[in-house]
Amino acid sequence: MNRDNDKGKVLILRSLVLGGAQLFFLFLLVFRLYYLQVYQADKYKTLADENRISTRLLVPPRGIIYDRHENMLAGNEQNFQALMVAEQTTDVDETLSAFKKIMPLSEDEEKRIRKDLKRNRSFVPIKIKDNLSWEEATKILLNSPDLPGVFIDEGLSRYYPYGNIFAHVVGYVAAVDERDVKDDPLLEVPGFKIGKSGIERLYDKNLRGKAGNLKLEVNALGRVMKEIERVDGIAGERIDLSLDVRLQQKAYELLGEESGAVVMMNVNTGEVLAFASAPAFDPNMFANGLSVEEWETINTNERNPLLNKTVAGLYSPGSTFKMIVGLAALESGTINKQSRSFCAGKMTLGNHTFHCWKDWGHGYLDMVEALQHSCDIFFYEVAQNLGINKIADMARRFGLGEKTNIGIENEKSGLIPDTEWKIKRFGEPWQQGENVISGIGQGYILTTPIQLATMVSRIANGGYKINPTFKKLDKNEKIGAENMGLSRQNIEIVKQGMFDVVNAQGGTAMMAKFDFNGQKMAGKTGTTQVRRISMKERETGVLEQDETPWKYRNHALFVAYAPHDNPKYGVAVVVEHGGSGSSVAAPIGGKMLLEALKLDATDKPVD
Amino acid sequence: MYKAYETGFRSQSLSFSERFWGISFSYVLLIVILAAIGIVMLYSAANGSWHPWAIRQAMRFGMGIAIMFVMAFMDVRIFLRYAYLFYFGVLLLLIAVEVCGHVGMGAQRWINLGFIKLQPSELMKIALVLALARYFNSTTLQSIESFKGIIPPLLLVIVPVSLVLIQPDLGTALMLLFSASAIFFVVGVQLWKFGIVILGGIISMPIAWHFLHTYQKNRVLTFLDPERDPLGAGYHIIQSKIALGSGGVFGKGFLNGTQSHLNFLPEKHTDFIFTMLSEEFGMIGAVFVILINFLIIAYSFVFALRSSSYFGKLMAIGLTTNYFLYVIINIAMVLGLLPVVGIPLPLISYGGTVIISVMTGFGIILAVNTNRNINIGKD
Repeated sequence: MNRDNDKGKVLILRSLVLGGAQLFFLFLLVFRLYYLQVYQADKYKTLADENRISTRLLVPPRGIIYDRHENMLAGNEQNFQALMVAEQTTDVDETLSAFKKIMPLSEDEEKRIRKDLKRNRSFVPIKIKDNLSWEEATKILLNSPDLPGVFIDEGLSRYYPYGNIFAHVVGYVAAVDERDVKDDPLLEVPGFKIGKSGIERLYDKNLRGKAGNLKLEVNALGRVMKEIERVDGIAGERIDLSLDVRLQQKAYELLGEESGAVVMMNVNTGEVLAFASAPAFDPNMFANGLSVEEWETINTNERNPLLNKTVAGLYSPGSTFKMIVGLAALESGTINKQSRSFCAGKMTLGNHTFHCWKDWGHGYLDMVEALQHSCDIFFYEVAQNLGINKIADMARRFGLGEKTNIGIENEKSGLIPDTEWKIKRFGEPWQQGENVISGIGQGYILTTPIQLATMVSRIANGGYKINPTFKKLDKNEKIGAENMGLSRQNIEIVKQGMFDVVNAQGGTAMMAKFDFNGQKMAGKTGTTQVRRISMKERETGVLEQDETPWKYRNHALFVAYAPHDNPKYGVAVVVEHGGSGSSVAAPIGGKMLLEALKLDATDKPVD
Repeated sequence: MYKAYETGFRSQSLSFSERFWGISFSYVLLIVILAAIGIVMLYSAANGSWHPWAIRQAMRFGMGIAIMFVMAFMDVRIFLRYAYLFYFGVLLLLIAVEVCGHVGMGAQRWINLGFIKLQPSELMKIALVLALARYFNSTTLQSIESFKGIIPPLLLVIVPVSLVLIQPDLGTALMLLFSASAIFFVVGVQLWKFGIVILGGIISMPIAWHFLHTYQKNRVLTFLDPERDPLGAGYHIIQSKIALGSGGVFGKGFLNGTQSHLNFLPEKHTDFIFTMLSEEFGMIGAVFVILINFLIIAYSFVFALRSSSYFGKLMAIGLTTNYFLYVIINIAMVLGLLPVVGIPLPLISYGGTVIISVMTGFGIILAVNTNRNINIGKD
């Protein structure tokens, strides 16, 4: 009985302990609740919102690019795509076959649709077909009773109304790839395109605009429940270029099937008016994605449509360099306006003979006449007396041998050699013979068409250091170009020579001359050998240019400006393997300048 | 009438009205409040609809109330008389589940009786308490403290626990083990014996680990480090904590829980219903539910200690402990204090078997209270 009492007492005692422990543990839960719901509440509120709210970027419309007269060079085109939400259709196969009756789908497209359907949840819209025209989209909408779950989505795609002719200036947009710097969340948006070349690349940040925000409430499966907030983005800036559609069209029209480049500038401001590299390609193809065949065609073309010859094509300036040599000599005082030389058709230096392009020689001539006839011997002698370093110095002052930094990708700096460069590059001293050939712009010297245009513009404006730009300047905007400090008279001598090239009897560009209301052109031709003429060829007679294979023919060059007495426009023309500067390049340059003058005349109000 | 049981021990059964008025209606009220909260939360879990859960839960609770009253009207001696019979009957059912059980939830736990899917392991929670209460009622403290005397009750525990374990249902097996341990503790088994068992348990843990199913291992590992698998096994507990924490003090409001209604919170109508409640009603709602449970358990212990019979006390303590284990394991689990073991929150989580089992327990506890002056012998 006693033990029974103990048994009961033990039970009561231990029950109290057990009961107390249970109530204590329940009480402890409150502390945990406090920790989670008060102490850490903010952290979990954020996490809950992150779960619940899905933020999507709204892509702003890309800025429009215009030429100087507000012609649209790059714009946005409305574009439609057909999407399908699987769960809103009773039978996916039936809907797809109904769709195919309205619009055929290729086998590949159907395969991709099936794959997307399998990969995504049934409420996710699947692309059926994109790049639809307005007519096609309407056709689908009219048949919507047969197409449950199918709807049309509008988007914008980049569109280049002028196609090829602005490919090398305006450039194009394309999908973001792994090399692009992901400094903007917009770049993560699927299908977003950024400027990959030309102005599209140069002003990409301005053109891109600022992304908008769409906040959606989503459930755990990602289904959108409702829209919480929408903040519209800011459209990209418009860009007004200095280019003129009509001059650009003219340049391509004149280049035709040729491979080459035309750059035209306002000699007083540096504004680029035409910027053509031929052949070109259609940037619309790049913006919409290129097929393998299209890529192959472009990439294997002998005339290299992808190379932007205006900034990346390297050419010996040939005789167009003679103004630089002449100016260097006049400025250094080694010759003056009256100095004359005798051209006998060839000249000997050591055991090497240098030829003039005219076998029987030009006789006695001065600087103006030497330029007019493009006599080689005159400039051989000048260069020989002057030395390369003085020539190189003058060339650099006119923008040769260095990048213009106009902002087009892959620009080359070209090459203006000097004695120091020769030692560094080859470990050998500069040779006298190299002075001689440098005098006619051959040898190591390499320039780009944009540099040649800059050079001729700086000569035309009387020695002001304008720089090429694509920015359209206001009418009254002062560019404040620096005077390069050359003697006005010396420049006039060179300009007289250039005037005679076109307008005096025997000038090398006589066939390109024009007279538009008294406005005339001054210029200089150049024909540069792509390969050396051997002694044997000289003896047996040089082949006519149209008999040699295309890629061995000479490059044809021409630099010019107009009007000669009040220069406004400067132009540089390079026709690769064109044959001769006089007969191929000069007419193009002449017609470009004439067109510019005519447009200028129509532009101006009659007073 | 009241005086009838206020005046010391008696042996004859109580009259009907004595039994009716002996029922603690404040205790019943607490239970009804909890069940009502459960039904309201299930209405919310279905995004503001009585279907499919709330209405069925209400019906089941009605059935549970009926069972509770039937139990509350029983003469407590009947439980003593049929304790072993009930225990062995349930044991047979457990074996039957092993042999021809219905496969559900990846584990064999149900027996299909046509109108209801019976979960014998749930019944075993009551049967084991009854059987142990009867056994310890009949022995002496000497026997309890001896080595030999502890063997039979140990067998009563080990056999069903092993059967539940191989189903496999680790949660229920542990609950059986814990409630049995509580009974062993209160009857006076020496503490050092618990010490030895716990030590043995720790030593054999690596071996036990080996026998765990992969999903069970994952649950334990995930509990230890939820970030280990944030989209898989850890997803439940991470989302539960986010829901709880984002609820704050006042909650997001009824039907406005984003984590629950946008389906980030899994099992929101069953095991994680407390999380949903805490998200919508905040810490205030959560503390309220804990308070109700606190009162139910406190009442139950008062009823147990007020009973004059050893059997009645022990049975009430065992059943209360059972209920306590449900509550503490479920809430601690959703609060990230315990691994996710799949124990529902009784009366609030959706599920029929638990309601029946828990309400039966409450009925017996009420009967113990009503019959507190009935003298029960050692047999």
